[in-house]
Amino acid sequence: MTLKGNVSAMIRVQRKDFDIGREIDGLTAGRSDIGGLASFVGYVRDFVGKEKASGAEVSAMTLEHYPGMTEKRLAEIEAEAHKRWPLDATLIVHRHGKLEAGARIVLVVCAAAHREDAFAACQFLMDWLKTSAPFWKQEDTAAGPRWVDADAKDDALAARWKT
Amino acid sequence: MKLLYFAWLRQKIGTAEETLTPPPEVATVGALLAWLAARGPGYAEALKDLSVVRVAVNQEFAQSGDPVKPGDEVALFPPVTGG
Repeated sequence: MTLKGNVSAMIRVQRKDFDIGREIDGLTAGRSDIGGLASFVGYVRDFVGKEKASGAEVSAMTLEHYPGMTEKRLAEIEAEAHKRWPLDATLIVHRHGKLEAGARIVLVVCAAAHREDAFAACQFLMDWLKTSAPFWKQEDTAAGPRWVDADAKDDALAARWKT
Repeated sequence: MKLLYFAWLRQKIGTAEETLTPPPEVATVGALLAWLAARGPGYAEALKDLSVVRVAVNQEFAQSGDPVKPGDEVALFPPVTGG
């Protein structure tokens, strides 16, 4: 999707892995108006809960999503970021399917003329994605599969962006 | 009306999707959930705690008072856990 002028906003929902360096370089290739780029990568963590010492071990995770609504919702979240901050380019890549512990799940990249906009938009996109993108995770643990519960903390983090 | 179920709701209900024709008085999300819960034990189990059930109508999040009509795509799922 291209917004006005040279601004780009892209989303991909896919099973296969992504190359962080290639994706970031792809966003900035041929451009010299971008002053700063902020990114976030989410991974499959190998334990449940706050601390590794006390949490059940996770060997893999399966991500389910709602085809159609997923892309729509991510595009809406991305458009909202472009409304709030002057961004040159954004990219969201979100995987689904079965992922092993340590695997990359999601990539969010925001590029802007100035760093405060890139940083803020990146955090905003992750906070909103966590609370409104239709994905559901099921973890494989030693005690069997468990559906991950939504965390109230994520709602609190998303709420701080309310205007 | 096309019904889609995700995550543990799908497991409890026993199917990922189905096409249903609720009676005409089922005109809101809330009424639809009540009508579904009465369809069988799997549905009742899936819908016993509505605080952990979210609904989308035609791929937009919907609240209990929002309308549903024939031809809509209605999805039921737990609070999302992406990212």
